[in-house]
Amino acid sequence: MKQTPPGLLVSPIRDGTVIDHITAGEALNVLRILGITGTTEECLSIATNVASKHMGKKDIVKIEKRELVKEEVNRIALIAPRATINIIRNYLVTEKKGVEISGILRGVVRCPNPGCISNTSEPIESSFEVTAAGLHCLYCDTVITKDITSHII
Amino acid sequence: MYHIISIKDFEREDIDNLLARAEEIDTQGVYERSLEGKLVALLFFEPSTRTRMSFASALARLGGASICVDSVEGSSIIKGETLADTVRVVSGYVDAIVLRHPREGAARLASEFATVPVINAGDGAGQHPSQTLLDLYTIRQSMPLDAIDVGLLGDLRYGRTAHSLAYALSHYDVTLHTIAPSGLELPEHLLGELKERGMEVIAYEDVSDILPSLDVLYVTRMQRERFPDSASFLNVAQSYRITPEILTGVKNSLIILHPLPRAGEIDPRVDDLPYARYFEQAKNGVPVRMAMLQEVMGQ
Ligand SMILES: [Zn+2]
Repeated sequence: MKQTPPGLLVSPIRDGTVIDHITAGEALNVLRILGITGTTEECLSIATNVASKHMGKKDIVKIEKRELVKEEVNRIALIAPRATINIIRNYLVTEKKGVEISGILRGVVRCPNPGCISNTSEPIESSFEVTAAGLHCLYCDTVITKDITSHII
Repeated sequence: MYHIISIKDFEREDIDNLLARAEEIDTQGVYERSLEGKLVALLFFEPSTRTRMSFASALARLGGASICVDSVEGSSIIKGETLADTVRVVSGYVDAIVLRHPREGAARLASEFATVPVINAGDGAGQHPSQTLLDLYTIRQSMPLDAIDVGLLGDLRYGRTAHSLAYALSHYDVTLHTIAPSGLELPEHLLGELKERGMEVIAYEDVSDILPSLDVLYVTRMQRERFPDSASFLNVAQSYRITPEILTGVKNSLIILHPLPRAGEIDPRVDDLPYARYFEQAKNGVPVRMAMLQEVMGQ
């Protein structure tokens, strides 16, 4: 099957961010992670289940007038590990960011263990180490291996 | 090491050093009175009389003094303020904090807010490093932690002592034999972790299949509430019970450990056999905790 150029589905933006190669079906979760809901002001273009040479199908999200920062990019990595992020200024890609699954995620994911100290009124943020097996809670050692989206705060 | 929170923070070398220190304390009586003038808070937010007494004994033998907050006082503190605030305040009174808390990860949190060293004396279903260290110490008393076959028996799914011990043993050349009723096997993620660390882990349902090959048999509690009804619990408990009869044909050098208290997992008649080491193991809590207190207070 011939690939449809994404440009036909989603028009170019002048300034903002294009998130490409999102795991098919995860576009709306990506927006959720970024805190973009129906009530926010961003002008959005979303394409889902776009044919992709490498991924079979993928989703694309374009957000006008907003440049994602590294921390936001890394949150996306949780659900769309192959996503690529292009920062657009005056119609040109000025910066490409690959998502990076590494390091420590603070305040991004809630620990599913009800007995975990991070689920109390203590003055701390949840802390997870990103490992090959999944997300590892630095407080109680719980490992989240699947359905990570549902644990995102 | 400034804090002792989880056995996972220990490299093999750290474990070896600590156990060697415990042995010096145990056999040569060194470090006597070396913590003279040091004050330690034993903050117990849930009851664990033995662990508390063992730490208090360890500290007194090193010449230090302890302030105990028991579970009743502890629980009223819980209602009033955050653990973070409590440890910040208590840090101003003492030279170290030994913490027991019902919530997993409590000791890690305490270490982030305390201005003195924190020792984890058990946090909920989480870590209890002094137990693991004394387990290792007891094995090491009888044999080198090298080329041995260790059997873990009982509730391996929820038993934290078994998890921590398995993890710690993966630093050594140990083949792990897990013996658990179906549904109470080691959790998948732990199994994956152990294998990734190069450990050979073999699972059994029937203890007699592996008993003759074992150097160490570590028995853990099996809890009634994990089973749908009393009958199925009694049935399983009976088939996993260690008796003198089941021990015929084991290695002469086999040692049997149990974190205690036991609830029928080991027949009292086994106590008189040369394999039984669980009371020795409990006693080893003192030199091991002395070594831990010594370690964090920088002597
Ligand atoms: Zn947790």
